[in-house]
Amino acid sequence: MAAKKLNMKEKYRLLTRDLDWEFSYADRKKAFPFEEFEGIKITDWSKWEDPFRLTMDSYWKYQAEKEKKLYAIFDAFSQNNAHLNVSDPRYINAIKIFLTGITPLEYQAYQGFAHTGRQFGGVGARVACQMQSLDELRHVQTQVHAMSHYNKFFDGFKEWTHMQDRVWYLSVAKSFFNDARSGGPFEFLVAIGFSFEYVLTNLVFVPFMSGAAYNGDMATVTFGFSAQSDEARHMTLGLEVIKFLLEQHEDNVPIVQKWIDKWFWRGSRLLSVVAMMMDYMLPNKVMSWKEGWEVYFEEAGGALFKDLARYGIRMPKYAEQIRKEKEHISHQTWWTFYTYGQAAGFHTWIPTDEELDWLSEKYPNTFDKYYRPRWEYAKKLEAEGKRFYNGTLPQLCTTCQIPLLFTEMDDPTLTAHRCSHYKGDQYHFCSDGCKDVFEEEPEKYVQSWLPVHQIYQGNCGGPGLPEILQDYYRFEMGADNMDMKGSPDEARWKQWKGVA
Amino acid sequence: MSKVYLVLQDNDVSRYILEAVEEDNPEITIIHNPAMIRIEAENYMVVNRETVEEKLGRDWDVQELHLNLVTLGGNVDEDDERLTLTWNE
Repeated sequence: MAAKKLNMKEKYRLLTRDLDWEFSYADRKKAFPFEEFEGIKITDWSKWEDPFRLTMDSYWKYQAEKEKKLYAIFDAFSQNNAHLNVSDPRYINAIKIFLTGITPLEYQAYQGFAHTGRQFGGVGARVACQMQSLDELRHVQTQVHAMSHYNKFFDGFKEWTHMQDRVWYLSVAKSFFNDARSGGPFEFLVAIGFSFEYVLTNLVFVPFMSGAAYNGDMATVTFGFSAQSDEARHMTLGLEVIKFLLEQHEDNVPIVQKWIDKWFWRGSRLLSVVAMMMDYMLPNKVMSWKEGWEVYFEEAGGALFKDLARYGIRMPKYAEQIRKEKEHISHQTWWTFYTYGQAAGFHTWIPTDEELDWLSEKYPNTFDKYYRPRWEYAKKLEAEGKRFYNGTLPQLCTTCQIPLLFTEMDDPTLTAHRCSHYKGDQYHFCSDGCKDVFEEEPEKYVQSWLPVHQIYQGNCGGPGLPEILQDYYRFEMGADNMDMKGSPDEARWKQWKGVA
Repeated sequence: MSKVYLVLQDNDVSRYILEAVEEDNPEITIIHNPAMIRIEAENYMVVNRETVEEKLGRDWDVQELHLNLVTLGGNVDEDDERLTLTWNE
């Protein structure tokens, strides 16, 4: 007689229910030492269920298929010199930010989920975290493999691991994950599994990747969509985490709400760099940052919070501020990188006239009034041979580590600046959101490794900025940094394309 | 009303999945972006194994959806027969 084939629900039940054991002679609390200190109360771990009911055998089977498809495309991409098919060599600079800024986060997510998964008493949660941890490691590997092709032909890629621990703007992303990983396991899941995965990563991996496709970058769109198919599972995990925590005990509600407030704010700050990639670094346009934000944050996030309202969860605290920022942040961020183009590990440029017109059309409320005049002025300076570089180092926000580049949203001509005092020292912030996050846990954030402070304290070599960039950051001066115009990247591209 | 959504890679298999989704969900909106297809519905969407198999002309496991899936939104429930996306109002 043939063995009865188990259905998906039975297989999942057997995996998650029969893979655990009772602690008969050891102390359970010692086995799971981080489970209680955050104040989260779990009464019944068996209520945790993965809605995809994915078992390990299916996981390996489908992940293997995804990898085969992906690497076939990488091979084809590389064999056909497909870097020559991208729309414009400026586009490659967005991919440099991806490798130096985003790929290391995938590695931190891998470490974070491996650690967190170990800390949960429930086997369903442990299995889901283990799968996510493996996914994240796969994302690191596939991204490095995809971009190794570009490294053969373009500057700015080769020192990405060295740069991650040192460069001023990369500390923004690095410290975001360090903050999440140094929280407890439940905060980590709310931070990364829910806030980051459910709403925010969609903006990186969906509209930006569609933009990569539209700019002829087959390798990036393929690893992007392949990664995002895992993210669809992660998002589902994130949502299940929230529902599980809220259903377990009413005392969990205010704790979860506080984390949601913190991490949606932290996440939207982190995404300001993606905003600039969407609006300024994709020569062929799919949608503006504002449009992507409306679909994936406002609409998708709105639906999510309406669904969670029955648990007593409300929209994240700074939602109104975030709503106003979509009109501004991409412009303010790209302007900052443009003016600090000597200190960026990628090339910057003034948008073309067509691109300026596109921005005017997409941002009718703000672009012509506040931002276009700056670019017209930058064009005038460039034409006079006086391309502007800002020679002073900026004030950083102690929480998000972004320079104080954002303005008051009700007065976009006034730079936002908040202060707080703790144990006799003064700390500076870019926003009320970041100030509140600091004041909730000052002992944590006073330890921030702030790149500008470190430079002024003499911990990054020097004494001048050129030595720091060259020796400490390992920038190849004039090749990795500065304007796109006159760069070796541009010269090589023209040579390949046979244009003067 | 809130939108549930499913985003698929724009490829051959997805075109058949899309046909199945169109057949089983009368009120959907389809948006084509470069390399992807976004399918939206109010509060509820289902992908049925049987309908996809009929369109594809071969066996199809609901978990195979992951090979062509980019992202989704809504509460997920999946078993051998179908995947559903829902928002609770």
